[in-house]
Amino acid sequence: MIKAILIFNNHGKPRLIRFYQYFAEDLQQQIIRETFHLVSKRDDNVCNFLEGGSLIGGSDYKLIYRHYATLYFVFCVDSSESELGILDLIQVFVETLDKCFENVCELDLIFHMDKVHYILQEVVMGGMVLETNMNEIVAQVELQNRMEKSEGGLSAAPARAVSAVKNMNLPEIPRNINIGDINIKVPSLSPF
Amino acid sequence: MSPSVRLQEMIRVIRSARTQGEERGVIQRECAAIRAQFRQADNGGRSHNLAKLLYVHMLGYPAHFGQMECVRLIASPRYSEKRVGYLGAMMLLDEKQDASLLITNSIKNDLSHSSQYVQSLALCTLACMGSAEMCRDLAPEIDRLLRASNSYIKKKAALCAVHIVRKVPELGELFTPAARSLLSEKNHGVLHGAVVLITELCERNPETLEQFRKTVPDLVQIMKGLVTTGYSPEHNVAGISDPFLQVRILRLLRILGRNNDAASDAMNDLLAQVATNTDSSKTAGSAVLYETVLTVMDIKSESGLRVLAVNILGRFLLNNDRNIRLEPFSPYSASLPPSLPPSPHGFLFLFPLLISSSPLLSRALELSLALVSAVNIRSMMKELLLFLSSCPPELKAQAACGIFNAAERYAPSQRWHIDTILHVLTTAGGDVRDETVPNLIQLITTASDLHCYTVHKLYRALITDISQQSLVQVACWCIGEYGDLLLRGECDEIEPVQVSEDDVLDALETVLQSHMSSPATRGFALTATMKLSTRITDNVDRIRSIVSIYGSCIDVELQQRAVEYNALFKKYDHMRYATSCTSVQLHMKAPSGDFLPARGTATLTQTVLLNNPNKVMLKMRIRMSYTSQGSAFQDTMQIDSFPGPACH
Repeated sequence: MIKAILIFNNHGKPRLIRFYQYFAEDLQQQIIRETFHLVSKRDDNVCNFLEGGSLIGGSDYKLIYRHYATLYFVFCVDSSESELGILDLIQVFVETLDKCFENVCELDLIFHMDKVHYILQEVVMGGMVLETNMNEIVAQVELQNRMEKSEGGLSAAPARAVSAVKNMNLPEIPRNINIGDINIKVPSLSPF
Repeated sequence: MSPSVRLQEMIRVIRSARTQGEERGVIQRECAAIRAQFRQADNGGRSHNLAKLLYVHMLGYPAHFGQMECVRLIASPRYSEKRVGYLGAMMLLDEKQDASLLITNSIKNDLSHSSQYVQSLALCTLACMGSAEMCRDLAPEIDRLLRASNSYIKKKAALCAVHIVRKVPELGELFTPAARSLLSEKNHGVLHGAVVLITELCERNPETLEQFRKTVPDLVQIMKGLVTTGYSPEHNVAGISDPFLQVRILRLLRILGRNNDAASDAMNDLLAQVATNTDSSKTAGSAVLYETVLTVMDIKSESGLRVLAVNILGRFLLNNDRNIRLEPFSPYSASLPPSLPPSPHGFLFLFPLLISSSPLLSRALELSLALVSAVNIRSMMKELLLFLSSCPPELKAQAACGIFNAAERYAPSQRWHIDTILHVLTTAGGDVRDETVPNLIQLITTASDLHCYTVHKLYRALITDISQQSLVQVACWCIGEYGDLLLRGECDEIEPVQVSEDDVLDALETVLQSHMSSPATRGFALTATMKLSTRITDNVDRIRSIVSIYGSCIDVELQQRAVEYNALFKKYDHMRYATSCTSVQLHMKAPSGDFLPARGTATLTQTVLLNNPNKVMLKMRIRMSYTSQGSAFQDTMQIDSFPGPACH
């Protein structure tokens, strides 16, 4: 099981945080700091796995990370995951981000945090690997974005219409047309 | 102005804050605004406000006031609002909060929504934070989705089912039939989810595992398809077709094949195929190969396959990629069972070159010791001895201990055994345990046809180097016992060298006088000198003079011995021969511990086996050295009476 996915930059500033196990807010921040501390000390020529710190889940957890330019992608997993497999999964995730954002960079992650979450949701669900085919992931994300956009068009229309009417400069229309009582006598017609 | 820009504007403002205090101020203002907007009944930017809140939450600021907003957004008919609402629920809610109960109904409705994307949101959220009650409530829905929906939903439903089973194990039975039928799907995502679900079900319930054993042929078929298909661009990772799915299936096969001959047989061919056809140059292939090795080792595989697996593991060590190289020795990866088959090539010698971390090196040593068997003991021991001489000091004790155990179990001959122990004493004598000396003495005593060879070898070792105490002690003892064989000069198995009585006495005197020798070692040397008085003819006077010098030695133990020996010379010369008999054997076992707590709360035992075949009268002096509260102590006691000749 994947216990957490953390993306932070070279200074430890979090860019994406996803926990698949419940932790209180301050504990979450502590975990982020501790993980950054462990990972940033690593030399570039050592392996990409290390034992986790003391905070998450006791001894059965390790950190698998990849360092891309200014960002660290860290997956905190337990022993049921294949280490080398997770390493490949990080690569798949990053390549997917690259496809969705077109040459993704740190700024994309900063300003579109929610979109990154939605993409991640197509890769990992409930701490388990869901889909590893990059094309499939990208296609689904595309369709969902399209759905969101199209919805915005249709349901925004009534709101726009209301505001349009409110802004219309209509001349004063008499509200009450008082015709008075009209008595219409209906002549009785002879039957055919 | 489009509302989403407001989110990005907020981010921009936060980022432009120059100090932590400024940032806090900005965020507090934003949160206040968001809070106010949440309280308004209807506003167009609800989803964006929640998104802003989630951003702020990621930075570590409190966001609990957004919980109810999540509930509201989830209930909204609009997809954009649901999306953010569910994301917020997964980030801010957990089953302990009351608000999480409120979304159960929304999830239930959304699971039957006409749009698969809304369904998938509900599934995702349930799988992330569904409580036990929610799971019980919605399990039938999930089962329905497992059977009748498109592959996009099926794969999500499968993982959702895994979460449900983890929360409420009894529901496993509900999902078993659907899980079984999912194996016939073609979509890899669905297959992957199905295998994960089946794995979870089998791990939780042994009866379910029995049922799923019948699926081994299906799993084998799927794997064969993956391994033998030509290039498939969809699932290809570095030349391997869907390595993620392969790894999952291999793990499931491991669980199904464990302790079961029939299942293991059924997967034997496949495992051999995967092992031989998978390219290990990249991570993807290596991940698959590593799982294959673990599976082969864990099930009842045939020996040829096991040898293949161990060789694969060996090749890992030679890989250029540092991650692949260290994969077998990761302390947290599944540990290999102790009874590994013999490997035709050792690779231990590579370890100190490749691994600098002590814990990993220790694990590598453990692994190699597990590989030792009667068949490869000679070649493995060469490697182990090389390792011993080049490993870091903190591992020498572990290596020496492992080598002794291996030598004791598999020694092809006594001479080999003695040689091995001598080699260890020469290279790492300082790191061996205390009982090594008496154990080695015991071994030498029993190897009666090797006494000549042994004493010659030890004498040579002694004159080369007297710094390794255990080696020196054994050598002194040996010379004392078998000095006559040494002086005789001829020996079948070793090049004869002329050793004169003076040479021997010189050697022993050097030990006695050297500042490197510990008191215990000097004791050995003195006793040996004494014993030699009965074996040599010309230099008895020299021995007497050596012994009498030590009569006034500062070391009490040595002095006592020397005085007693002197007495033997003077008063009891006729008994001298009897006292240096060779038939009594002492075998010291390892103590039960090395720590004795205060106030008699526990006891420490050390067994000493005394073999007295000729039933001679014995007195035994025991000296105990220990440390207490930082200071060293020594106690000596004497046992004057042993059980009489009637007992043995």
